[in-house]
Amino acid sequence: MKPVCENCFKNDAALKRPRNGMKVCKECFFMLFETEIHQTIVDNQLFARNETVAIGASGGKDSTVLASVLKTLNARYDYGVNFVLLSIDEGIKGYRDDSLETVKRNQVQYDMPLEILSYDKLYGWTMDKIVAQIGKKNNCTYCGVFRRQALDRGCVQNSIGHVVTGHNADDVAETVLMNLMRGDIQRLDRCCDIVTGDSSSRVKRSKPLMYCYEKEIVLYAHYKNLDYFSTECTYSPEAFRGTARALIKNLEAVRPSAILDVIHSGKQFQLSKKSKARQVRAVQCSQCSYISSNTVCKACVLLNGLNASEPKLRLTEDEGGAALPVRVLEKLQF
Amino acid sequence: MKIEFGGGLEQLFDNKQTLELHFDEPEVTIQTVIEKLAQICNELRSNVCLFLQDGLVRPGILVLINDADWELLDKEDTVVEDKDTILFNSTLHGG
Ligand SMILES: [Zn+2]
Ligand SMILES: [Zn+2]
Repeated sequence: MKPVCENCFKNDAALKRPRNGMKVCKECFFMLFETEIHQTIVDNQLFARNETVAIGASGGKDSTVLASVLKTLNARYDYGVNFVLLSIDEGIKGYRDDSLETVKRNQVQYDMPLEILSYDKLYGWTMDKIVAQIGKKNNCTYCGVFRRQALDRGCVQNSIGHVVTGHNADDVAETVLMNLMRGDIQRLDRCCDIVTGDSSSRVKRSKPLMYCYEKEIVLYAHYKNLDYFSTECTYSPEAFRGTARALIKNLEAVRPSAILDVIHSGKQFQLSKKSKARQVRAVQCSQCSYISSNTVCKACVLLNGLNASEPKLRLTEDEGGAALPVRVLEKLQF
Repeated sequence: MKIEFGGGLEQLFDNKQTLELHFDEPEVTIQTVIEKLAQICNELRSNVCLFLQDGLVRPGILVLINDADWELLDKEDTVVEDKDTILFNSTLHGG
């Protein structure tokens, strides 16, 4: 028999909350889940009245739940925030085609304006083209670096100073472990910050769902019947991240609080004075003028590599489309 | 017994969102259902590792029995019958 809800003592419980083992019914779960996110927003003063905030929307569960909850909270607590959906089209055939359709439906469902930015337009490369060039081994690095800047660029283009992303507690805990295992102390220092980007960056980023368990995000979407897209990216994630993810999930199975505990531990890490002195200060990329820790930003470094090795591709690839003569002309300019 | 898949798991089962399963016994444990599904997975030559790990449902896959979290019940040992609906929903996909 189903146990009774430990919050209202009235309805049948629907789930066991991983953060504290509490058994709750659907209605109480919705209220607790939404209120906790509201508390995170208030405690960290994430939003200002009349601010325009972009929601990085992929059509997946996290960003769909984020858009839905923010719409609910904006109305319930009168934040007075204007939300805009910002989507990236990485140019992965069969993956983004369907998920972009989902985002287009979300635009109607949540009554928010939608802006779509393509890698092709921003960088001149789709992910399919990048994979054809470099193979499937490091493609997630490219995708991640380009996506990070794409959101910033999209915000700047639309005069938006703040973007929220759907990173959940499992994502953050996974990142803490990855940085720890790689000895990436600089990133370890920052990865648990709910707001990133300082005064020198044009766009502020925040993660309102960083204390929400993935389990609850999926159940929220399921019980609310939210429209989201759930096919894994066809270019599977890098092995190291996948292993860290499996580790997090295995830990959760044994001790559900482990996910929030890892984040809590991550937040306590303090850089020593010595490390802090060595910390690289953010500058503007000399090529694209976007915020970077080096004179040339990661995206430009990757792009330079791709563009430099492109002629090699030309020899092996049987390409006869209209793009070819254009590219040949482009190369002549060098 | 109605089996539903979500979060991409349907890809392991010939892209079917739902399956009907029948057992000779009036009541079976979820573990029996899972083993049957693993067998179907193998017959379809799908990667059963995306569903099972060490013989148990892979951590990160949510199991709902009649729309209730199986962690409220007895997980693998929960007894189910023909009228029940079981949803396997993977959280292991992009957000
Ligand atoms: Zn309740
Ligand atoms: Zn640059």
